[in-house]
Amino acid sequence: MSRRFLREISIVLFNLLVSDEPCANEQPLFPQEKWSFDQLFGTYDRAELQRGFQVYQQVCSTCHGLSHISYRQLKALGFSEAKIKAIAAQKEVQDGVDEDGNPVKRNGKPSDYFPNPFVNEKAARAANNGANPPDLSLVIKGRKGGPHYVKALLKGYVETPAGMKLAPGMSYNLYFGGHQIAMASPLSDHLVEYADGTAATVDQMAHDVVTFLAWASEPEMEERKHLGVKILTYLLVFTVLMGLVKRRTWRRLEE
Amino acid sequence: MTMPSSEKKKAGFVQWVDERLPVFSFINKELVDYPTPRNLSYWWNFGSLAGVVLVVMILTGIFLAMFYTPHVDHAFNSVERIMREVNYGWLIRYIHMNGASMFFVVVYIHMFRGLYYGSYKAPRELLWILGVVIFLLMMATAFMGYVLPWGQMSYWGATVITNLFSAIPLIGDSIVTWLWGGFSVANPTLNRFFALHYLFPFLIVGVVFLHLIALHQHGSNNPLGIDAKKPGDKIPFHPYYTVKDLLGLGVLLMVWGSFVFFAPNFFGEPDNYIPADPLVTPEHIVPEWYFLPFYAILRSVPDKLGGVVLMFSAVFILTLMPWLDRSPIRSARFRPLYKVLFWIFVATCLILGWVGSQKPEGLPLIFGRIATVYYFIHFLVFVPLLNRIERPLPLPESLQKKSVPSVKGGASS
Repeated sequence: MSRRFLREISIVLFNLLVSDEPCANEQPLFPQEKWSFDQLFGTYDRAELQRGFQVYQQVCSTCHGLSHISYRQLKALGFSEAKIKAIAAQKEVQDGVDEDGNPVKRNGKPSDYFPNPFVNEKAARAANNGANPPDLSLVIKGRKGGPHYVKALLKGYVETPAGMKLAPGMSYNLYFGGHQIAMASPLSDHLVEYADGTAATVDQMAHDVVTFLAWASEPEMEERKHLGVKILTYLLVFTVLMGLVKRRTWRRLEE
Repeated sequence: MTMPSSEKKKAGFVQWVDERLPVFSFINKELVDYPTPRNLSYWWNFGSLAGVVLVVMILTGIFLAMFYTPHVDHAFNSVERIMREVNYGWLIRYIHMNGASMFFVVVYIHMFRGLYYGSYKAPRELLWILGVVIFLLMMATAFMGYVLPWGQMSYWGATVITNLFSAIPLIGDSIVTWLWGGFSVANPTLNRFFALHYLFPFLIVGVVFLHLIALHQHGSNNPLGIDAKKPGDKIPFHPYYTVKDLLGLGVLLMVWGSFVFFAPNFFGEPDNYIPADPLVTPEHIVPEWYFLPFYAILRSVPDKLGGVVLMFSAVFILTLMPWLDRSPIRSARFRPLYKVLFWIFVATCLILGWVGSQKPEGLPLIFGRIATVYYFIHFLVFVPLLNRIERPLPLPESLQKKSVPSVKGGASS
């Protein structure tokens, strides 16, 4: 009796928790994509990460910051130390003041964080038709639907439906809340030229950059899953052993 | 034939300490020999599990506090630094974050077990009330902890919940200003929430000790709800329940670990990974899942003050349970009607939880209102009146199916 109830409760509870994610309220459901980092053992595809980083550098970084990521972390993408040094050196960063109190600029080092494209929010809004381009460090974790949503958004620029009037400078996007987005369609075929020769279609670029941003959101994911397998295996053995010990101990009572 | 000298020395040392400070005989009395009903089911595992979760929460919390900065300009980034730069910071934070959910899962099961088996009845009324006090402290702690990362949900959750106090007539607005330390949720609010979030768990530890003292006064209730009479009805806590609790702990840690390592943000809202912005209200402000039933009660009342009063009453009414339920029979096993009522009550709580996650309009609102009314009818009408019409099943003679000679702790087999 109670076992059946238990099962029913767990089903109800599960449904309750799952249905708690109302992603379909106003935006149409975005297509569910397959990702290299999906599932229990999924890891970030290194080639996708590197291409995605290229898309971020050449396209997104003009407006969007990535403030929680430092250059040295790019090692996780499979870049060599020398390459990371070269990437960091391309940017100029602010580094305190000199002895006369004047601000010092120098070339970036691997320990530097990605610089923000705008000096402050006002400057960002002034340059972007009043909108503040969000930092992308947590964009995959911080949106309902995560990678599916961001990829759908990047590809979601379609014809404005008849009868809808957009405010000046705005674009129509199928998946953005309210459909009016200040970001113009950022991707077009062959916008970047991939170093590894992959054809830079919009879909490919969106997929790659979302994979890169997923890594930026959760750089610990691979280590986390790896450690999780070990710890859960240990706990399984521990639990089974405790089950056996328990049975043996309690058998004394029957005798 | 002779004890190794080191052991002899230790025994002598233990004895020396014990004569002056009886910690060892205390442990022996309360954790080793402590007589426990032999028929406890796995539903009795959840008390000790809650204790373990509390300890883990305090330990992980102390380490998080070493790296966290309670300032509106730095809180969000300091949490991200823990996630990205601190060695195993992500692990400690995810254990802590999911630990809050595990804590409530375990405690809710523990409370429902108490309701089903009448564990609140004489002579355990104060034990039960202390449990409700722990539950209240847990809710306050969890709420303030959720504010600390200073994401969008943190900020707006704090705004909504603290604003509830403005419903109090006359002094409501002053109370809210006093709670905030200003005229909106801002840096002073975050600072005091951090201070209190660090303090409250230790208050919980204190009340847990009182809870345990009250428990050990009369011992655990049991699935049959009758008192132990025969000598063999109770068995020593160690090894029987220590090993059973360890088995339960293994299962809990597996569930907890599954979330920590493979779905760490399952219970969270994505919006809380967006830094708090007082100028942008999230489309849908929802509290953490463990508050949803109470949130549903709050929103099902059209009047703000009424909603607040009802929401707090929903918790406080639990303290009256020992006096609302007049049946002398503890266990629902022998109360055919109460058993049905109990499961309807569980369903009501689950429905309220679902309603709390929905927008308060249309069908969810109607369901929420019906469930809210039923929640209180359950306590105020059905439970008190049940005793008049219910015919309990005959109670068994003893805790044991057949009479078994008494057992001495663990030695013989």
